[in-house]
Amino acid sequence: MIRRSATEIAAAVNARQAAAVEVLEAQLARVEQMEPQIGAYLAKTEELARACARRVDERIAAGASLPLAGVPLAVKDNMCLAGTVTTAGSKILQGWVAPYTATAVQRLLDAGCVPVGKANLDEFAMGSSCENSALGTTRNPWDPERVPGGSSGGSAAAVAAREAALATASDTGGSIREPAAFCGVVGMKPTYGRVSRYGLIAFASSLDQIGPIARTVEDAARMYDVMAGHDPMDSTSLPRPAEPTAGGLRRDLHGLRIGLVREFATKDLGEEIDAVYQSAYRQLAALGAEIVDVALPHAEYGLATYYLIAPAEASSNLARFDGVRYGPRGNGTNVQEMYARTRAAGFGPEVKRRILIGTYALSSGYYDAYYVRAQKARTLMAGDFEKAFGACDLIACPAASSPAFPFGAKGDDPVAMYLMDFYTIPMSLAGLPALSVPCGFASDGTAGARELPLGLQLVAPLYQEARLFGAAHAYEQATRFTLDRAPAGLEGVR
Amino acid sequence: MDVRYVARLARLDLSDEEAGLYQRQLDRLLEHVRRLQELDVSHVAPTAQVVPLTNVLRDDANRPSLEREQALAGAPAREGAFFKVPQIIGDEE
Repeated sequence: MIRRSATEIAAAVNARQAAAVEVLEAQLARVEQMEPQIGAYLAKTEELARACARRVDERIAAGASLPLAGVPLAVKDNMCLAGTVTTAGSKILQGWVAPYTATAVQRLLDAGCVPVGKANLDEFAMGSSCENSALGTTRNPWDPERVPGGSSGGSAAAVAAREAALATASDTGGSIREPAAFCGVVGMKPTYGRVSRYGLIAFASSLDQIGPIARTVEDAARMYDVMAGHDPMDSTSLPRPAEPTAGGLRRDLHGLRIGLVREFATKDLGEEIDAVYQSAYRQLAALGAEIVDVALPHAEYGLATYYLIAPAEASSNLARFDGVRYGPRGNGTNVQEMYARTRAAGFGPEVKRRILIGTYALSSGYYDAYYVRAQKARTLMAGDFEKAFGACDLIACPAASSPAFPFGAKGDDPVAMYLMDFYTIPMSLAGLPALSVPCGFASDGTAGARELPLGLQLVAPLYQEARLFGAAHAYEQATRFTLDRAPAGLEGVR
Repeated sequence: MDVRYVARLARLDLSDEEAGLYQRQLDRLLEHVRRLQELDVSHVAPTAQVVPLTNVLRDDANRPSLEREQALAGAPAREGAFFKVPQIIGDEE
């Protein structure tokens, strides 16, 4: 049962061919078996899961039909789930029990999802490999010597390793799409404001967005449909209705113009990877899309823009972690000392770096030169996309600069790690919906390296999630890269 | 950038080792972000966020919120109905 898609599980539970409690027990056994190798979860939530599964079975018995009946769910640990420890992967929140549930998570529970556990992440969602988690190591199911990507690395690894059918994830500069690409699953970032962030621990508020990770495009679309829509508890949530997407999945791409970005030529990514992307673009054309050339002349400034705006907002959001209301407290004879020691002991190196750079960019004398200039560059980038979407309906490009890399490969140069998000950051700055769908396999050229999945990123104009999922489904069904192939050692999973 | 000064603004104690490391790493990052100086932004308005939402208001009405005990439950120190903190005003000022 647990190797089936979320769509299939929900259909079986709704038809009473399987009980949610049975699906859950099989899932928990699978998690037990895999966790020593994968480490996708920071905490398991069996007790809550059993209660949720029983409730689903009761509702079905009473005649209800639930869109995600009995579907095992991993919840990224920067999202509140009432009564469970919620840490954001940080020592500064170690042991903190969430007093309420995030809206996006609550909607999934109401739709029949069963929460198996809290998934690992880079601390406060800052990172591209999950190596910045202060509380655990997550391994890539396709090669345990490699990272799962980040920041939603636990979510992507859990879904790839069949430790959950669906996972919640959050994306600020690529944190859904990059780990989805690394783990050979589907990850989607909605339009900024589509999914409520009430109960999401904030990183960079003008960028953060919650989205789905799943093994199929259809599963991701169904999960998105449940989460999306206005929430009065989040003042940045879009008041417009979210058009359902799962009913609009397509078999071909006739009538769609797909733009290839002139500045994103894949030749520099190496021969093998270039060949995978060229073949993906040919497949889009073979499915009926008209391929056009578009330009994003300011995309090369994306990284610089992002690494001012996101840390500036983070330095402000993370001011609340001061040892007063939650988390372990550092000792101090006065409150200033207490703040500084609490934060010194509680935050890890990447979080400290971002707080420092953000504080600097917002500090007196530098605000206009750095922060405001970055906000102006952001305007230019959004304008690039607006122009590009005058000539095309979707954009196609890589989801990451390489396949999953070995632990420690990026050394202590933060800019080398940041470059992993070169292809995902511009869309985040423009608030656009974008997803990663598996598009083939490549080794990274090192001797004896295993074949690793790569992700094709599709990008749509604001609010066009239905178009995005529709096209991704056509591509996925025509190629089936990870539908018929599981990570080594996972093929026999029942 | 003077990492010690910025760390004080951010209420963050740094060891000597950390200060040296972050100084080096952040200087490298600043070198990268200086590329933005190449852009002509003299006629460009800043973007704070991308969707057209302004002044989202709700009715000024009472509604249920967290119970006091729930709000205090995660506190490292409390006294009665309050969060307890070390001395705020005193000799150090």
